[in-house]
Amino acid sequence: MSPTVLSSLSTHLLSGALPAADGGGGTSFVSPGVSDFFWPLIGGDSNWAFTRPSAVLLISVGILGWFFIAATRKLTVVPGKRQFLVEQVYGFVRNTIAKDVIGTKDFQRFLPLLFTLFTMVLVNNLFGIIPLVQFPTMSRIAFPIVLTLVVYVVYHVVGLKAKGGVIPYIKSMVPPGLPGWVIPLMFVLELATYFVIRPVTLALRLFGNMFAGHLLLLVFIVGGEYLLLHGGNIGLGAAGIASGLFSIVMTFFELLVEFLQAFVFTILAALYLADAVSEEH
Amino acid sequence: MVLASVVAATTPGWPDQLPLLPHPAELIVGVISFGILYWLYKTKVVPSLEKMYEERTAAIEGGISKAEEAQAQAQAALDQYNAQLQEARTEASTIREDAKAQGAAIVAELREKAQAEAGRITEAAQKTIEAERQAALVQLRGEVGRLSTDLASRIVGESLEDETRQKGIVERFLSELEAGEIKPERVDS
Repeated sequence: MSPTVLSSLSTHLLSGALPAADGGGGTSFVSPGVSDFFWPLIGGDSNWAFTRPSAVLLISVGILGWFFIAATRKLTVVPGKRQFLVEQVYGFVRNTIAKDVIGTKDFQRFLPLLFTLFTMVLVNNLFGIIPLVQFPTMSRIAFPIVLTLVVYVVYHVVGLKAKGGVIPYIKSMVPPGLPGWVIPLMFVLELATYFVIRPVTLALRLFGNMFAGHLLLLVFIVGGEYLLLHGGNIGLGAAGIASGLFSIVMTFFELLVEFLQAFVFTILAALYLADAVSEEH
Repeated sequence: MVLASVVAATTPGWPDQLPLLPHPAELIVGVISFGILYWLYKTKVVPSLEKMYEERTAAIEGGISKAEEAQAQAQAALDQYNAQLQEARTEASTIREDAKAQGAAIVAELREKAQAEAGRITEAAQKTIEAERQAALVQLRGEVGRLSTDLASRIVGESLEDETRQKGIVERFLSELEAGEIKPERVDS
């Protein structure tokens, strides 16, 4: 890499600025940045703009709602092809996540919530590599925050009901049988866990993975394209091709991450709910 | 330049330098989307899937009990069949022995009958022969008597002085008798 490219890359990586004319001739490289994630469709550059990720989210709800309602309208004991697919997804959430984590006694009332979380996150994550959409909705932090808030409110409400009031609920956060001097320390830690750490990590994990994954793909694809077309010599062109090929590998890696994050988000939600409904700590 | 770009980016509206700040419109869309999907799942998708799971459990349990029942029935049928087979075998052997015994009895009876018949026929033949013999004897005796009287009258009628003559008469009589010239006549009738 020539020093000019490096310097312009580092400059623009920080600034995310628009393309600017380079004095040396030709266009300088515009590194992908945070600005690539804001994509308003209607309403311009404002707080109330209707963004493309919003549209994608609504489309995903439409697709999911249509598919699952159509597929579950006529269910048979012996499944057909489509019902088999539905049962695979639903059975994964129902048995692997909900039943195993929450337990057979309480899991059924949380199934709609967990199934919504899983399918919504999964489909919107997969949109990150589905052609024509190619943008993971969850890399916009508003959506992970919404989902996390739902989980947050639900597990607190369920916990309050299960423990029977605010005081027993707070008390239940501290594990029993600790020496007296540890109790205040543990209380602070548990309080922070329940009220701050859990929601923040839940939202940020999903957002961060999707954001970073998409940014990584952007860097490899946009950078590779730039090196190939504007690199100026064969070595940089070859590096551009290699970068493009590597982006394909990274796309498959993204597929794994996308599924994994949907799974992790749902299983953590189930874990928090299991914690809330359990008798003891 | 960095500072300028940040300022330039923040001034029109949405701060694109702060990706951790949620976009308000997206928050609203997110809440609405979640609400819609949750409502659809809660009212339609999950209940029908759970119902299907229950039906399947019931069907599997029912199927197992049905299979057990069928197996028991099959076993019962097999037992019954074996019993019937055994019964049929013993019956067949009984029938065979009966038939043998009956056959032997029939043969013996027939032989006895045949012997009796033969005896009866022989007896009847003997009786007939005896009767005919008696009849012949009676007839012969009468004829001999008549012939004797005939002969005696002839002998008495003729002169019995000459023994030789008498000898000649008898011889003539006998030859006449042989030639059939003398018709037998009943004397006592």
